[in-house]
Amino acid sequence: MADDPTSIDPSPRSMSARAMAEAVRSGERSARELTQAYLDAIAERDGALHSYRLVDAEGALARADAIDAERSRGATLGPLAGVPVGLKDNFVTADLDTTCGSRMLEGWRPPYAGSHAARLLDAGAVILGKLAMDEFAMGSSNENTPFEPVRNPWALDRVPGGSSGGTASAVAAGLCALGLGSDTGGSIRQPASLCGVVGLKPTYGRVTRAGMIAFASSLDQAGPLARTVEDAALGLSVLAGADPRDATSLRAPVPDYLAAVDAGREGDLKGVKVGVQRSSLGEGLADSVRARFEASLEVLAERGAELVDVELPHFHLAVAAYYVVATAEASSNLARYDGVRYGASAAREDSPPSSLVELYERTRSTHFGAEVKRRILLGTFVLRSESYADYYGRAMKVRTLLARDYAGAFERCDLIASPTSPVPAWRLGEKLDDPLAMYLSDVFTIGANLAGLPAISIPAGFCEPCDDCPRLPIGLQLTGRRLDEATLLRVSAAHEAATPWAAERPTFEGGQG
Amino acid sequence: MAVADYEVVIGLEVHCQLSTETKMFTDCAYHVGAESNALTDAYSWGLPGTLPVPNQRAVEYALRLGLALGCAIRPVSRWARKHYFYPDLPKGYQITQSDLPYAQGGAVEIPDRGAADSEGFATKTVRLHHIHMEEDAGKNTHGGHGSEGLSLIDYNRAGAPLVEIVSEPDLRSAVEAADYMRELRQLVRTLGISEANMEEGTLRCDANVSLRRRELAGSETYGTRCEIKNLNSFKFLEAAILAEIRRQADLLDRGEAVVQSTLSYDTARDQTKIMRTKEAAADYRYFPEPDMPALRISKAMLEAARAAVPELPWARRRRLLSLGLSTYDAGVLSAEQGLAAYFDDALAALKPGGEGTAKLACNWITGDLLKLVNGHGHAIEDCPVTPSWLAELIALVEDGTISRRAGKEVLDKSYAEARSPAAIVERDGYRQVSDTGAIEAMIREVVAANPKQLAQLLGGKDKLRGFFVGQVMKRSKGQANPKVVQEVLATVLAEHRDSSSD
Repeated sequence: MADDPTSIDPSPRSMSARAMAEAVRSGERSARELTQAYLDAIAERDGALHSYRLVDAEGALARADAIDAERSRGATLGPLAGVPVGLKDNFVTADLDTTCGSRMLEGWRPPYAGSHAARLLDAGAVILGKLAMDEFAMGSSNENTPFEPVRNPWALDRVPGGSSGGTASAVAAGLCALGLGSDTGGSIRQPASLCGVVGLKPTYGRVTRAGMIAFASSLDQAGPLARTVEDAALGLSVLAGADPRDATSLRAPVPDYLAAVDAGREGDLKGVKVGVQRSSLGEGLADSVRARFEASLEVLAERGAELVDVELPHFHLAVAAYYVVATAEASSNLARYDGVRYGASAAREDSPPSSLVELYERTRSTHFGAEVKRRILLGTFVLRSESYADYYGRAMKVRTLLARDYAGAFERCDLIASPTSPVPAWRLGEKLDDPLAMYLSDVFTIGANLAGLPAISIPAGFCEPCDDCPRLPIGLQLTGRRLDEATLLRVSAAHEAATPWAAERPTFEGGQG
Repeated sequence: MAVADYEVVIGLEVHCQLSTETKMFTDCAYHVGAESNALTDAYSWGLPGTLPVPNQRAVEYALRLGLALGCAIRPVSRWARKHYFYPDLPKGYQITQSDLPYAQGGAVEIPDRGAADSEGFATKTVRLHHIHMEEDAGKNTHGGHGSEGLSLIDYNRAGAPLVEIVSEPDLRSAVEAADYMRELRQLVRTLGISEANMEEGTLRCDANVSLRRRELAGSETYGTRCEIKNLNSFKFLEAAILAEIRRQADLLDRGEAVVQSTLSYDTARDQTKIMRTKEAAADYRYFPEPDMPALRISKAMLEAARAAVPELPWARRRRLLSLGLSTYDAGVLSAEQGLAAYFDDALAALKPGGEGTAKLACNWITGDLLKLVNGHGHAIEDCPVTPSWLAELIALVEDGTISRRAGKEVLDKSYAEARSPAAIVERDGYRQVSDTGAIEAMIREVVAANPKQLAQLLGGKDKLRGFFVGQVMKRSKGQANPKVVQEVLATVLAEHRDSSSD
């Protein structure tokens, strides 16, 4: 590789993850070089973004050296060889603090390996560190945090979205080549949209949940955030597949997602039917978002896709059902944080509790944030035996009806297009006092979680800057049939090939992405 | 005491720990008696990011039980979460089954102690409400030795596989409740799915007790029930129920109401005491477990479980009865799986004899053999005398090769030396003399040598017959076949009688 110094790109971070892995496998680049470039960029720029909760420079370099050593031994390297990645901090990493964005787990170092980290490492990835998030993945702005809130690299006074805001911000700013996020009601797609990157939530069960700290078990799904559709496909191909440690993971074979991307980039979209639910594009949708959405539909139509109108009759019930199911499951999943075995505990404080109840009350009151407590209370309420039928029971019926709605729509189309977020990134603090407004920002993304369907957010351009608002990215969401991530990737790649947005990088005080 | 005015109504909730190698929802090893917290893993500690995966072997064991008890097996059942905060519950909820348990209905047959003695077994049927699977909690100890003022938690048991067997309120006395537990214990041991040891906690029960006036017996009107928790021995099970019957009868006698409550049994005072009443009862906030799909039981799984169900205790007892054994012997030879198998094997090795063969094998096993086994502190499984050796020994006695008394000695030696009875008989010369010619010669010598006794015997003193037999046995060094001696002696005496009357 040192033979021809002129061939070395001075900024390896401009390469795609796929190209990086190829360069490492061919010996054109070393994993250490790539890793060091990212660590330098993080050191220089993340002070303005706060996207990382923890940077493991030492571990990352050691890992990079190990990859380089493997290569020089002639070993076959994996599809992510030497690719520096960042993991949302709700993914369990052995011997690396995993806090889930909460004081409750501050300093908790998992004694076991999570499946996601294991799969990424098996593929040759280098883990740079852990990315910031809303506490326990509950939030749409990354402001539900006891730590410094993450900034949007396109406008530092704006939120990156949530809850995978740290991942979206870091990917957009080029502080990791590939990011891992989790999506319970839009937590991959909405921050991807607000930060101008690609975010894919796979079919429920396509990617394991073992080693992902649970928020709402029946909705949670892990997925990649990347700068390009191709890199998202690469990430999914590494993560997807059955896991004996997750009984809900699906055994269906994993198709060639990169081939789907190639097909979308090179071919047309003739025969692909894109559904649009016009009734959902009413109140609350920003004009800028509407304009970019219509432009994206034109792009798809120009590539040969057929646009058809679809209707999901129970779509308007999704947000309500979601906040019942998600809070119910969260109240249960978060019961384990009791100060007895691990994590924060009032028992270690100066005046230790004098009773078991006091231990529970003080531990949970002190170390959970306001939004987490709000959701635990809501969830506990809806699961009470006397309210179960009215809330949880009904919400599950809505889920069934919604799944049926989607199945009906997919008889007429291959995927459904919609905006990802009804608005571009808002200012920090703008919606903090209005949790309901925050909840409503999930309106387009929640359906895919309730129905277990795959959905992707891809860059769809920018809003026109005005007095009130700088030029901010806007996302297009595509929701597909169960296990049909390939079609989503193909259509996304076609859209990406026909638009200039993937090449745009944010510039911000403190650095360029 | 006014207890007699009331009918006692009892339903039991029995927890039985399945003897699988790993826990219910994780491949963490589990067995009773390990060092505290040695048998734990990330799941057992309820660490974030861990997920439950059902243990297929535990499911198969549970299916065996459901099939053996005649339950309807649900093709699709559901896991549920039951929430409460307690340090021994790592996740803050227990994974169990609630609205859709895997097995519904079914029944347990128990002895009917009220029935008049009759041929065969009188039994009564205790209906089951359902059986479900679940995971166990850990174990708290408070202020134990060396930890005064502290509560310690052992998570070994956390996640251990359990079945909970819930009966209908069909039991009518503390004795019946204990009988029911004994039947279940024997059943799960026969099925090979649990150690079912109350002292070790692998069999536990909660008892729901209510009283109603005698005239309401048989109706659908029940009294208010109270639940006694954590009964961990047969003795305390009966004692606790009796104490609770007294408490409720006293209340009712005084015209006071029984308040639905949860109680514990104070063994020192022989009293039940209220832990909480219904108003203070926890809301467990059950909901379907989202971490696992519904449990689907395929036909193949069901067939595999059915094939693994052996002959069940009541069928066995009735079969032994049909072989001519008494109800008592049939009970003894069914009580323990090892003993039952030993008997069956010994019987099979014996040449098919008449009605008495089973009785014979039974007598040898429950008498001499068990005395040896127990005396050595062995389990029947460790008995050095194999069932086929015992059969060999029985045959040697029955065909007259050795005497019954020699048989006992041969058994002792066979046990001590782990050597076959036939080999010992040959080596030590136990073979008895059944040759009538040789025996007749000995008898004639003895008769000739004792003319006085002969005259007395012929004169009507029949007791002296024993004297002559004894003399012959002595002369044969104990090896003469006493039966043959008796027969030949009778012939010789008859000759003398004839000649003296001539």
